[in-house]
Amino acid sequence: MNWESWEAFWAMGGYGLYVWGSFGVTALCIVGEVWLLRRHCLQTWQRLKRMKSWETQ
Amino acid sequence: MLKFLFTVIRRDVLLAARRRGDWLTAQFFFVMVVSMFPLGIGPEPSMLRTIGPGVVWVAALLASLLSLGRLFADDYRDGTLEQMLLSPYPNTLLALGKAIAHWIINGIPLLIIAPVLGIQFNLPAEALWILVLSLAIGTPILSLLGSIGAALTLGLRGGGVLVTLLILPLYVPALIFGAGAVEGVFSGTGPEAHLSLLGAFLILSLLLAPWVSAMALKVSVE
Amino acid sequence: MNLYYYASPSTFYPLAGKLIPWFAALALILTVVGLYISFFLAPTDFQQGEGYRIIFIHVPAAWMSMFIYVVMAFWSAIGLAWNTRLSFVMARALAPTGAMFTFVALWTGAFWGKPMWGAWWVWDARLTSELILLFLYVGVMALQAAIDDPRRADRAGALLNLVGVVNVPVIYFSVKWWNTLHQGSSVSLTGAPSMARIMLWGMLIMALAAWMYTIAVALVRARSLVLERERQTDWARTLLEGKP
Repeated sequence: MNWESWEAFWAMGGYGLYVWGSFGVTALCIVGEVWLLRRHCLQTWQRLKRMKSWETQ
Repeated sequence: MLKFLFTVIRRDVLLAARRRGDWLTAQFFFVMVVSMFPLGIGPEPSMLRTIGPGVVWVAALLASLLSLGRLFADDYRDGTLEQMLLSPYPNTLLALGKAIAHWIINGIPLLIIAPVLGIQFNLPAEALWILVLSLAIGTPILSLLGSIGAALTLGLRGGGVLVTLLILPLYVPALIFGAGAVEGVFSGTGPEAHLSLLGAFLILSLLLAPWVSAMALKVSVE
Repeated sequence: MNLYYYASPSTFYPLAGKLIPWFAALALILTVVGLYISFFLAPTDFQQGEGYRIIFIHVPAAWMSMFIYVVMAFWSAIGLAWNTRLSFVMARALAPTGAMFTFVALWTGAFWGKPMWGAWWVWDARLTSELILLFLYVGVMALQAAIDDPRRADRAGALLNLVGVVNVPVIYFSVKWWNTLHQGSSVSLTGAPSMARIMLWGMLIMALAAWMYTIAVALVRARSLVLERERQTDWARTLLEGKP
């Protein structure tokens, strides 16, 4: 085990800002991409469905 | 075959000569952009000498991009381009001819203006000579790669800005080797290595670019 | 086994739907394992302290940014050569994820550079090439977004992608050459002299996780693109009756 306590873990030996800044932004990017993609897919689905219902009317 | 190539080049050059205002815009743009830098940075001669080659080169990239929009657009609008693509000659020759014409119209004037601008930046005579030589090898690359961008964005709204996004990253090697050649004169390493790399990049673009831009034209016109 | 069978949109759509959860689950498991290695198993670096742990995302992200561009070029080439619509869709579905990883590589590079080099940004050969790679991604995506006709957008993007992939080595070489001439930074990113085996494993597992994530996300995006393009066909119309 590398870490003696949770504080030591979050401090990262003084590099906390840099390490967590990197990992945090990466996590944000991934969550953001997944969220945007999900929204895009749902919107596409609804749009296509609406277009289809117009065509059949 | 060669006759077709010359016809394409001659036609474009003649058209440009009739509408002088159009292509003079790009040349004046070049002069103005370069002249803005000393105003923004300050007139110290040693500082200007260091940034001079890079500034002239970046302005050359921008000036060449500025004139790319018209490379195929006029012929596309009046339907000539479609007829040309249907001609029995290979489309690669058409694309090559267009790129050469673009270089004659926009590249050669830059070579003539560049030494004057170099003097503004306090460049010594030897560096001026290398600057012109590097532009002579480099500007055809700009026209060739630019023709790909012009063909891809043919007829699109906002095509002018889009070309910049597509093509500027591809210009990076030309910029580095071109401006580096002039800096080589100052640093004592000599310009030969840079110029030969620039030449190699020219050969690579000469081999590939007309072919790709012919394909791009076909995609865009279909 | 007929490749054309899987290349047809009506087979691809349900197949991709079945595969996505598996890739997503693999990505999640590998990420957890990778993070465990990067924070708890990998020892403290004797030169860079704990700050070096950024490599566990920086290096995989940089790998991914380059791989994805090459994979996109591969699909583009196949699409142009054999005129297969699905290849273009795959190339297009990969682009945003590639751009995302390029951005992550740049960001983490900056956050690593600050404590190690003392500056957020240095014009190091790798960082600069990565920046230009981001420009190339943006160019392909902007071109495809500007063209309304999907057929033309596919082909134009594919051509630009191929020009880019030929240009990437030239750009990298030129930037490296420029960097050595100007001697901007004497410290290189491979500063760790002897990389412990466990660190290498950590990076490999994180890279695998990134691969699985990329495949899952690209498949989701490709499905959406396929459905939009095939909306007039029978299978898509029956599909739209149900739930997403």
